Amino acid sequence: MKDFWREYAENRVALLALLVVAAFIGTALAAPWIAPQDPYDLAGLELADARRPPGFVGSGGYAHLLGTDAQGRDLFSAILYGLRISLQMGLVAGAVAMTVGALLGILAAQAGGWVETAIMRVVDLQLSFPAILLALVLVAVLGQGKSQLIIALVAAQYAYFARTAYGAASAERRKDYVEAAAATPLSTFRIVFRHILPNVLPPLIVVGTVQVANAISLEATLSFLGLGLPPTEPSLGMLIANGFQYMMSGRTWISVYPGIALIVLIVAINLVGDQLRDQTNPRLRR
Amino acid sequence: MTAPLLSVRDLRTHFMTRAGVAKAVDGVSFDLAAGEILGLVGESGSGKSVTGFSLLGLVDPPGRIVGGSIRFQGRELVGMPPAALRALRGRHLAMVFQDPQATLNPVLTIGAQMALAVQAHERASDRAALDRAAAVLARVGIPEAARRLSAYPHEFSGGMRQRVAIATALLHGPALIVADEPTTALDVSIQAQILAKMKALAAESGTALIWISHDLATVSSLADRVLVMYAGRIVESGPVGAVLRAPLHPYTRGLLDSLPAMATPGEKLRQIPGAAPSLLALPAGCAFAPRCPRADAACAAPPPEVAQGSRRAACHHPLEAAA
Amino acid sequence: MLGYVIQRLLQSVLVMLAMSALVFAGVHAIGNPIDVLISPDATQDIRDQAIRRLGLDLPLWEQYLAFLGRLLRGDFGTSFVFGMPVLDLILSRLPATLELAIAAVLAGTLIGVPLGIYAGYRPDGVLSRAIMAVSVLGFSVPTFWVGLILILTFAVNLDWLPAGDRGPVVEVFGIGWSFLTLEGLSFIALPALNLSLFKLAMMIRLSRAGTREIMLTDTVKFARAAGLSDLTILRRHVLRLIAIPIVTVFGLELGSTLAFAVVTETIFSWPGVGKLIIDSITSLDRPVMVAYLILVAFLFVTINLVVDLSYALLDPRLRRGGAAA
Repeated sequence: MKDFWREYAENRVALLALLVVAAFIGTALAAPWIAPQDPYDLAGLELADARRPPGFVGSGGYAHLLGTDAQGRDLFSAILYGLRISLQMGLVAGAVAMTVGALLGILAAQAGGWVETAIMRVVDLQLSFPAILLALVLVAVLGQGKSQLIIALVAAQYAYFARTAYGAASAERRKDYVEAAAATPLSTFRIVFRHILPNVLPPLIVVGTVQVANAISLEATLSFLGLGLPPTEPSLGMLIANGFQYMMSGRTWISVYPGIALIVLIVAINLVGDQLRDQTNPRLRR
Repeated sequence: MTAPLLSVRDLRTHFMTRAGVAKAVDGVSFDLAAGEILGLVGESGSGKSVTGFSLLGLVDPPGRIVGGSIRFQGRELVGMPPAALRALRGRHLAMVFQDPQATLNPVLTIGAQMALAVQAHERASDRAALDRAAAVLARVGIPEAARRLSAYPHEFSGGMRQRVAIATALLHGPALIVADEPTTALDVSIQAQILAKMKALAAESGTALIWISHDLATVSSLADRVLVMYAGRIVESGPVGAVLRAPLHPYTRGLLDSLPAMATPGEKLRQIPGAAPSLLALPAGCAFAPRCPRADAACAAPPPEVAQGSRRAACHHPLEAAA
Repeated sequence: MLGYVIQRLLQSVLVMLAMSALVFAGVHAIGNPIDVLISPDATQDIRDQAIRRLGLDLPLWEQYLAFLGRLLRGDFGTSFVFGMPVLDLILSRLPATLELAIAAVLAGTLIGVPLGIYAGYRPDGVLSRAIMAVSVLGFSVPTFWVGLILILTFAVNLDWLPAGDRGPVVEVFGIGWSFLTLEGLSFIALPALNLSLFKLAMMIRLSRAGTREIMLTDTVKFARAAGLSDLTILRRHVLRLIAIPIVTVFGLELGSTLAFAVVTETIFSWPGVGKLIIDSITSLDRPVMVAYLILVAFLFVTINLVVDLSYALLDPRLRRGGAAA
């Protein structure tokens, strides 16, 4: 474990990315204490403050660091809260998708036979189908809302985890010691927890890291298309969408700052995931 | 005596790995006359293949030639610009690899691959290149060569594939072919055919041959002279008959004893005890000493060169020589 | 080979049947299927009539067969919003999307493959690192954000290219195309670039990984030993060897690009199928959604089929009977 971190830290870019992710998570958690304004408190908004450029000192008597949006919301505060929602959606969807996918993958590998065939056929079919389309359709069918959105994200992403878990679990299953353990009166349950799970977890975590970034990106895209969360709880994607119409008239900050926050977050998570993947990939080790 | 075709002096090819420097080839010297067939023998990891690749300048990173000299047809190959070396490869200096399954491109026809090799050195039309390929294929004994140009490697048997590889090496009538265990991946009956073919072709065209093998028996039926490598160094060299009859180096003796043909029926094959040393941490003295039945305290020092006529060995306690 | 084709064809038909059953089940699960087929503004009389005409009073399995029958006849019903047959509506929007998707995938492949091969050939070079950075960005930055930046840069700040709508089209075979005029090209440039970035990233990764692996094989070493220049090796040997995964991805990506076009079309107001589906979702134009789903599924199944068959053509080992030597 110590070696793992030393090797990780050797890659400066990945280390920086990890710090950025940590900083974002910290900021998101602390948003209610850091943000100068509660963006959900509609009473606190002044229309006179709307669409002001960065640095503008509004009726609140403080400078709007990143300007204000169309409703006169302080953009910096809105971004902090938006980050909270984006991260929340990404992490929850990622965790649920990972659990569902891992269970299905391990089940397929353990059960074999038609269960295996059925599960993996569906998974493979879904993998060839673009995630965004599936999420889009589900959101359209289920309607708007946090839990609906999470269902859509999970449905769009679980297949990646199922594939990964299945691959790792069936490779593990074929190893002698697991076969030997299966011959003893150990329960299947114990075999899975003692032998399979520890070996399935590392690749799942790698996939999970990247999938959290994908979930955040997917959520932002859906929100941008107006199919994500309700406008009362704007995620980063919706902040960007809200600013889109003002872009042509040169008020670019409304979209650009939330966008920068979003892509820095996504790219940082991806870089962390890349490094984890390289470090756990035996083929790249010499 | 005229200058040799190939003259290798103190060649050193090292691999810079994470774990340290692996001295795969560490001070190899030998000469080769035009048309001569030289056997290069050793266990895997002895550096015999790396020596072969070094000659063609085909050592992949993290390996590289760190010292020594390779003079071929009077030109120094070590440090030669890549473009000049490329112009030499395939034209004057060719190579045949161990596994024809891996060397031929599975998605190109035999004709296309050979035509590329022709056109690497000559401005030839596709038609002319294919004609050349067909002619050489016929020479190496592929029936209906012209028709088979449009076939893919998987449509050939292993032996036929290796004939294609040999034909590719022969396209430009090179002065030297380095053959890296070209028969190891083949069936025994096919091995004999290929060996005979190679020998005949080399004699016919005056091509010199360096035949790399772990198998002394194969080399004995083919080569004029043999070099025995151990841990990146040549431990014994000499005419093939003399070396096989009465080896000077205990390692050569061990190799001979482990040959099935040399064993007395009913007796167990005698393996050399122990394993080849790590190239990362070679002992200061004789590298074979830890496995050697004749080793003593003297072997901790670098072994002296023992000469016996045209034979050489690097050993503190050579066999026979004492007698 | 023929047996393989038939087997794959049967599989495809099976998948389509499963998909249609899923969509059918979905339509029934959401609510009364009549809502999907008849505008909510219709009177009770018209509703009853339609229920009988469409056989919605029949048992489920008969309904499913009828649904299948309508699908086979290409009868997807009438759009609530546009008041025209859904199939006609989608087909009228399809060329715009197809043109955009093909432009994007083509650009991504033609630029991405050479860059990826270079990055795989010199994995430690400065240029290779830059190429990989581009691919990381292309992979992780959401499409809509890139589209936004493109509009901001090239349309708003520089004012070089238009960013919205399709502009003039030239009619060929009764279908309008953008790429035939310079002005049309200026309209398709930004959306195509936007859409191609992800493909570019993917093609770079794919060809880099393939090239890296192949450069270490004996095939390349043997070609080098024969005196082939690295350029020839890359062009003739490596390109052919990585062609198989690239063609696969090219095909699959063409399909997913049609799907991703949803985002790009919305941002650039490109009048294609993607914008249509987003509009139908927001306006609850359900017949369009159902038809779109079925058509996309059909598209994906077809593409998978074509890709598998072209595998067989590209890899001579698979061509005869499938028994790889």
